[in-house]
Order: sequence, then structure tokens, then C-alpha cells
Amino acid sequence: MLTKRIIPCLDVDKGRVVKGVKFFDHVDAGDPVAQARRYQDDGADELVFYDITASHEGREIMADLVKKVVEQIFMPLTVGGGIRTLADATRLIQAGAEKVSLNSAAVQNPKLLAEVARKFGRCATVLGLDANRVTKDGVEVWEVFVAGGRIGTGIKVMDWVKQAESLGAGEIVLNVMNADGTTAGYDLEMTAAVSDAVKIPVVASGGAGSPQHILDVLKQGHADAALAASIFHFNTYSIGQVKQFLADAGVPVRLV
Amino acid sequence: MSMRIAIVDYGMANLRSVQKAFEQVGHRADIISHPEEIEQADKIVLPGVGAFQDAVATLREKELAGPIVRHIDRGKSFLGICLGLQMLFDTGYEDGEHRGLGVLRGTCVRFDVDQTLNLKVPHMGWNQLDIQRPAPIFAGLPAGSGVYFVHGYHVVPQDVSIIATTTDYGRPFVSSVWRDNVFATQFHPEKSQKVGLQILSNFAGV
Repeated sequence: MLTKRIIPCLDVDKGRVVKGVKFFDHVDAGDPVAQARRYQDDGADELVFYDITASHEGREIMADLVKKVVEQIFMPLTVGGGIRTLADATRLIQAGAEKVSLNSAAVQNPKLLAEVARKFGRCATVLGLDANRVTKDGVEVWEVFVAGGRIGTGIKVMDWVKQAESLGAGEIVLNVMNADGTTAGYDLEMTAAVSDAVKIPVVASGGAGSPQHILDVLKQGHADAALAASIFHFNTYSIGQVKQFLADAGVPVRLV
Repeated sequence: MSMRIAIVDYGMANLRSVQKAFEQVGHRADIISHPEEIEQADKIVLPGVGAFQDAVATLREKELAGPIVRHIDRGKSFLGICLGLQMLFDTGYEDGEHRGLGVLRGTCVRFDVDQTLNLKVPHMGWNQLDIQRPAPIFAGLPAGSGVYFVHGYHVVPQDVSIIATTTDYGRPFVSSVWRDNVFATQFHPEKSQKVGLQILSNFAGV
């Protein structure tokens, strides 16, 4: 049976991890390889490196980082943040990334999803999506945001995920901004709505504060995978603990 | 002379992870892209991402398809990964109908997305191997070992005796095949942590 995936997200600035697990021992917490190894040993199913540098120089450094990590870590790697062109995606995949996550650039140029899917396959093409619950004229709307969640696009979440699927996305990472960073739980309603509307896997993101939240989003939120940063970053829970909790609740997970 | 493992580069796949994974288990593997280099290799690894049609066309264009098939015909060791498994078969049904390398009889078809199964496609993540025939590349693996999959299509061999493992996704599908010295996996050993490294180490040793 296909297991549910637990995916830690590591924020990277200029080639250094700025939001990863905090080590208690004498390990360089900014070192992407050390971070990746720690998560691998703890049972992570995939890793996401998210580039917050957002510059041309940053993308070059990111490709080098991927090269270094894949020399020593043998697990799937997704890279997101700042990927604007097919050339950016190509550089990262050739460096060894399994998948690239397209976010703002895909909204500005939806054809980019099709181009990446055509060249590297649907399986390597991820739509990253920042969604926000906003109220317009007294009505709640689920709106797509870009530029790190700063700019509303007026595009509705449900329209965009279906369009992205038909263009060639093979997976969707749904980050709900209202929930992000709250550690109060994922947005179960929106995650379930998106997951039910598409035939491709959906990774839930934003709001994880406890193993129960992850269980909820995998069950009630119909998510295929759960991405989290803070709870692993601050050692609140280890990935191993989360997976054991899920296994005890009857969710299929890979235990290492 | 030491054994030569060659990873075929036809511009369609990430080869570094495969190469580094072999190095991790103590075997040098060269990335090669010329037909004559295939002739010189003892063992060939054919990885692959992307579309069936493009991959087969590129292998033919670069005149690599013939040498790969000859390598297999000579009984030398071969490991196909993902698309490198799928292309071995007669026909692929990704965006139309396309001829494969025809080393093995059978087809490559999309996962049946019938409503009752409610499957997400691509099949993406860690799933288990159910060993049907104990191929040497799976020696020493714990029962129910998890490996990493990412694919929307799977193979349907005509000759069921070549099925080495199946994996359950709604219903069982063929997750690896084995015939003589031909081994091919739908999953990615190079992304499957310890289990995957064991498989690559076994392949280097067969």
C-alpha cells in the first residue's frame, strides 16, 4: 500500500539552511547536507529545499547545494522558490532534484508548467500554491497569492488547481497562508476540497503544530502527504515520533 | 581488469544520483553517451525520466538503442530504472502508441484511474515490494521493504514469468522484472535510501 509521506521543508538563504532542525550536538545547523542526513535518518520520505534568496545568484547557489546533497543523500528532493524559467528548472533537475516546485512564475506564465512537464515529465512538475481566505464584498473567497504571499491575484484556488493539473502539474503543494506559521492545524476544509477536485497527489502545507494535526490533514483533509517546517525545526516532535503516532492511528507510513 | 558499470546518458535523466549511489556502495560507475562505450561496458544502467516517446526517440537518434539491445542479447548485465524499465517493452501508450525497444514482450499503460479505486496518478511515494521471484538484486532485503516510486504508467509483461516483484496500488502492478541478466525496476533505487543502495550493490555484484 502506498504510504502517506511526511516531508520536512528547509528554508535556504544563499546556500545555508536558515530554518531546519536545530541540533543539540555540535553539528553545523546551516549545512544542507547535515540537515538532510538528520531528516533522512529520522524517517523523512522526501525533502523540500525552499530558496528564499530570490535572486539570480541564489538560483546558481541552489543548484550547487542540490549537487552537494545528492552526492550523499539518497532520497527524493524537491526544490522550490525563485524558479522562473525552464532553464532554472533544468539546472536544478540536472543537479539532481527529483522535482521542481513552480509557484509565482506558473501564475504569471501558466505555459511554464506545460514546458517543464513536457521536458521532464509530469512526475517532476509540482505546482506550489499560496492560498488565502479573503473576504470580498462580504463573501469569503479562496484566492491565489504570489510573491511569497504578498500579492493577491484574484484567481480562485479551485480554478487554478484544475488548470494546473490539465497543464501538466503532477503534484500540488497547497500552502494555506491563514494557517501557515500558526501551528494551530492545517486548513482541513480547503485541503480536502483541493484534493478531491484533482486526480494528482496533494501535499498539505501550513499550520502543523502536532502529530494530531498531521493525522487530521491526512484523514479529514484527504492529503496524500504533509509538509511541515516549524515542528521539526524546533524539535517539538521528531519525524519518527509523528510517524509512530500515525501508524498507531492506522495510517500507512514507512517506519525506518 | 575491473568490472565496468556504465550509466547511459541520453540527456533525459538525472544521472548523478545513480552514479553517486553506486560510489556510496563502493563501485565506480561511468556516465557514458557514445555507442562504442556501451560495447566496452560490462554492466549497463539505463535510467530515465520524462516521456516514453521522447526517450525512445532520443536513444535511436543518438544510436544508443541498437548497442543497448545488443548488450542485452549478449547476456551482459543490464539495469533499467523507471522509464529504463518501460522502454524495454514492445509498446508504450503514453500520449498515443509508441514502439519501445522490444527487448521484452508486453506494453506500458497508464494506471487505471477508475472511480471506484479513487487513485491519485502519478503513483508517488514509498510503497512495498512483494517479491514474486527472488531476483539476485533483491538479496538480503527485509520483507515488505519500502522503495520510492514516481510514475503514471506501469508495464504489463506478456510473459508473467519475468515478474520479479509486484506492488499494490489499488490492485497489484508489476514493480520490477527479471530475465537472465536483465533487471529493471519501476521504482528508483537511487532514491530509496538504504534499501535502494542494497539493490544497487547487489546489481554490481551479480
